Amino acid sequence: MTEMVYGAVPAQHGEPILPKWWRTIDKWSLSCVFILFAIGLLLALAASAPLAEKNGFGTFHYVMRQGIFGSVALIVMIITSMMSAVLVRRLAVIGFLLSFIALALLPFLGTDFGKGAVRWYSLGFASVQPSEFLKPAFAVVGAWMMAASLDLNGPPGRTWSFGLCIVIVVMLALQPDFGQACIVLFGWGVMYFVAGAPIVLLVGMAAVTVFGGALAYSHSDHFARRIDGFLSAEVDPTTQLGYATNAIREGGLFGVGVGEGQVKWSLPDAHTDFIIAVAAEEYGLILVLIIILLYISIVLRSLARLMRERDPFIRLAGTALVCMFAVQAMVNMGVAVRLLPAKGMTLPFVSYGGSSVIASGIAIGMLLAFTRKRPQGEISDLLRGRRG
Amino acid sequence: MTRTPLRPLARILSARAAGENPNVIERENIRKRHEEMHDKMRQRAEGRLFLLGLFFFCAFVVVGGRMGALATSEPTEPRASAPGATISAARADIVDRDGRLLATNFETHALYAQPPHMVDPEAAAEKLVQIFPELKPERLIKDFTGTRKFVWIKRKISPEQMQAVHEIGDPGLLFGPRDMRLYPNGRLASHILGGASFGKEGVSAAEVIGVAGVEKQFDDYLLDPANGNRPLKLALDLPVQAAAERVLYGGMRLMNAKGATAILMDVRTGEVVSLVSLPDFDPNNRPRPLTRGDQSESPLFNRAVQGVYELGSTFKIFTAAQAIDLGIVNRNTVIDIRGPLQWGRFRIRDFRNYGKELTVENIIVKSSNIGTARLAQRIGTPRQQDFLRDLGFFKPTEFEILEASSGNPLLPRNWSELSTMTISYGHGLSASPMHLATAYAAIANGGYMVKPTILRQSGPRMGKRVLSEHSARVARQMLRKVVANGTASMGEVTGYSVGGKTGTADKPMPRGGYYEDKVIATFASIFPAHDPQYVLVVTLDEPVETSGDEPRRTAGWTAVPVAAEMIKRIAPLLGVRPGVEPAIRADITPASSN
Repeated sequence: MTEMVYGAVPAQHGEPILPKWWRTIDKWSLSCVFILFAIGLLLALAASAPLAEKNGFGTFHYVMRQGIFGSVALIVMIITSMMSAVLVRRLAVIGFLLSFIALALLPFLGTDFGKGAVRWYSLGFASVQPSEFLKPAFAVVGAWMMAASLDLNGPPGRTWSFGLCIVIVVMLALQPDFGQACIVLFGWGVMYFVAGAPIVLLVGMAAVTVFGGALAYSHSDHFARRIDGFLSAEVDPTTQLGYATNAIREGGLFGVGVGEGQVKWSLPDAHTDFIIAVAAEEYGLILVLIIILLYISIVLRSLARLMRERDPFIRLAGTALVCMFAVQAMVNMGVAVRLLPAKGMTLPFVSYGGSSVIASGIAIGMLLAFTRKRPQGEISDLLRGRRG
Repeated sequence: MTRTPLRPLARILSARAAGENPNVIERENIRKRHEEMHDKMRQRAEGRLFLLGLFFFCAFVVVGGRMGALATSEPTEPRASAPGATISAARADIVDRDGRLLATNFETHALYAQPPHMVDPEAAAEKLVQIFPELKPERLIKDFTGTRKFVWIKRKISPEQMQAVHEIGDPGLLFGPRDMRLYPNGRLASHILGGASFGKEGVSAAEVIGVAGVEKQFDDYLLDPANGNRPLKLALDLPVQAAAERVLYGGMRLMNAKGATAILMDVRTGEVVSLVSLPDFDPNNRPRPLTRGDQSESPLFNRAVQGVYELGSTFKIFTAAQAIDLGIVNRNTVIDIRGPLQWGRFRIRDFRNYGKELTVENIIVKSSNIGTARLAQRIGTPRQQDFLRDLGFFKPTEFEILEASSGNPLLPRNWSELSTMTISYGHGLSASPMHLATAYAAIANGGYMVKPTILRQSGPRMGKRVLSEHSARVARQMLRKVVANGTASMGEVTGYSVGGKTGTADKPMPRGGYYEDKVIATFASIFPAHDPQYVLVVTLDEPVETSGDEPRRTAGWTAVPVAAEMIKRIAPLLGVRPGVEPAIRADITPASSN
């Protein structure tokens, strides 16, 4: 009666969004991302000043931009992480289609900013690199297809996703952007591995990778020059690598002091590809180790959570996202310490970069959405464990 | 393994009987199967995800470890060269026969720029031009502001210049240590030493390599670390070389010659104690080779070993010595010299008319072409060829500087009897002054061939015998007479009993034929004639002596006085004691010689 008179108490289906989000989200990883972003801003204060000066902007022009784009990225990340896995998947598929078309149209509408590879759309106020958005979207779409193939009566999604992967890799390699191509291929490989690839095939793939690398070396000048530069024992003091190595050495354990670094004046890519060298020079090994620790904790926590995940799609998509993220960070830092050949890859969240920060935000947002706590039938696991 | 059907027949049938949709049962079974599969797959994926995690953990630890290793290592200036391929800048010194320094190394610096480091390229370029006026400011600014990352500015700079560059204070201007080859004596012995330049060049060092002369010839020795930096000891005598150069230079100017050369050789060891070729150059600042025109006009051209000339009457002594050696004649044999000597269309004339007949000795003393040609006719072509081959006139000398190998004698293509006759008095065969000095050394040392050498020798190195002791002595006595009362009377130097033979050869025109008024005047001498120790060959290129009524070009008026002055100056330096000449008993033939 009361209800008839006063209206029904607003019915709440399930838990409210925000408390549920806060309860289920991976708070540690979220914090790590925030800290990384803060470090990125701190480094941008130092690293981007010379570039701003050169381009005739105010000293902290790029810091402002990084702050604005980063804030947008963080908001996008949080919003994405609040979505359900299904919604993420749907939006990702749409995003995939859009970015795929954008990638396909690059040769006609894109620009190379004088760097020799057509990778960007110039939007006036910012530039957009479609492949940055394509990567996480592909992770989701590929995982979706592959997970579908695992079901009874499922489509041959594994083959489909592989075909898609190859198409994207070829398109990226033609730009040429071997770095992104490798990451996409790596993401697919990781999904395939986790989805239960036969060991024989894994060995075969390793062989194909080596062969492909050799082929690229012999047929692409761009590629060969970088490999040669890496393999030669000496560091030419005038190359980016020479400067970076020297900067890390100069920094030592505690750095030369805030704003005292020199490498940012010599390296054109100090604020992007070689941000870690700036960090090492000004703040020393300490900050570098902190950054590495942050990446390790994001990666390991996410993987640990995905280990509990029973849904194949979520597991695969999450794995692909986190592995792409990890490998990008790893390659960027590996280049600076000359463990890997020079490859233009940004350090996610730390490097300056308008659209790429937003893309990273979307990727990590999706990852956080996938690693949220869900009922996983752990009781049955425990029971089975006791039985077995 | 038992298969559980998704549509168990018993349940389907009963469901159908109950009017239910049997597909529901199938879907329910599929759902259960999926649950099971998901559980199983999760367990399998758990291990693989763990592996992935482990991989990334290890990878990050490696990156971090490497970062730590780098951060704790000493910051060193990055080097452009790998440690294995260091550039050896060490190069042994070159010294003369008494250990006086001829070539050594000097530490200096090279100046280079790294434009990316430069603070104010325009100002730096301007100040650099003030320090080094030979630099072009536009060029420097272009280099400094362009895309270049590395620019050499100067290869060698002095300490004062280095200080001045320091005072510019631009961090992009850098110095690389350099070992520079230094020739402290400047132009002295420039043709022997040759010169050096930088070979492989890096920021921190540069290899010094020889480009000519002994520097090039003994490059391997000088660069070989196994020699422990022991200096290369030459036969050269620095004071003698200096005196010879000075006298020859003066003589060349007085005689209005365009070039000159002098070779002083020890007759027993073949050591070249002094070798001068004028015009010369400063090996510290070696000029570039001529890009056009005749290379023999370049100061780099070594007339002593590279220049091949028709050496004229200096050859007559070989003809006479051989004729005596073969027993065809003795020194008093009278030869018919009525001229002109007609041979086909060719006529052989003497410079003056010396009468109807002369003894062999007087043929040499008066330098009669006809008489020598008659002697050559009696020797015959094959024997003349053999003798000249023995004396080394058929191939380049083995003198150890690079240029000597290009001093290839010019022989007549078709060695006719006429050739034999002209060659007997030094026409039709071109050879270098070094060839001539070597052949005179054989006469001077009693008939043995020596190898001309630039290296210090420990003792006599006499080779094959080409003349008998007796004929060599007779030849020497004839040479002495040429100076005492013949064409080379101006060559008399009191106390040193100089012997020698003049030679004046018309210069050949490039297109064939001979110039009327251009000669090569040569004086090949030995001293002291009774016990020769040294051979001195002086050659002047196009000399004219104009103190008389008419221009005089013969060697007796040009090359001989220069050689006499030179002997006067260098014989004391060489330690040759002046002495009283024993009387030549020209008319008495010692019994032992027959």
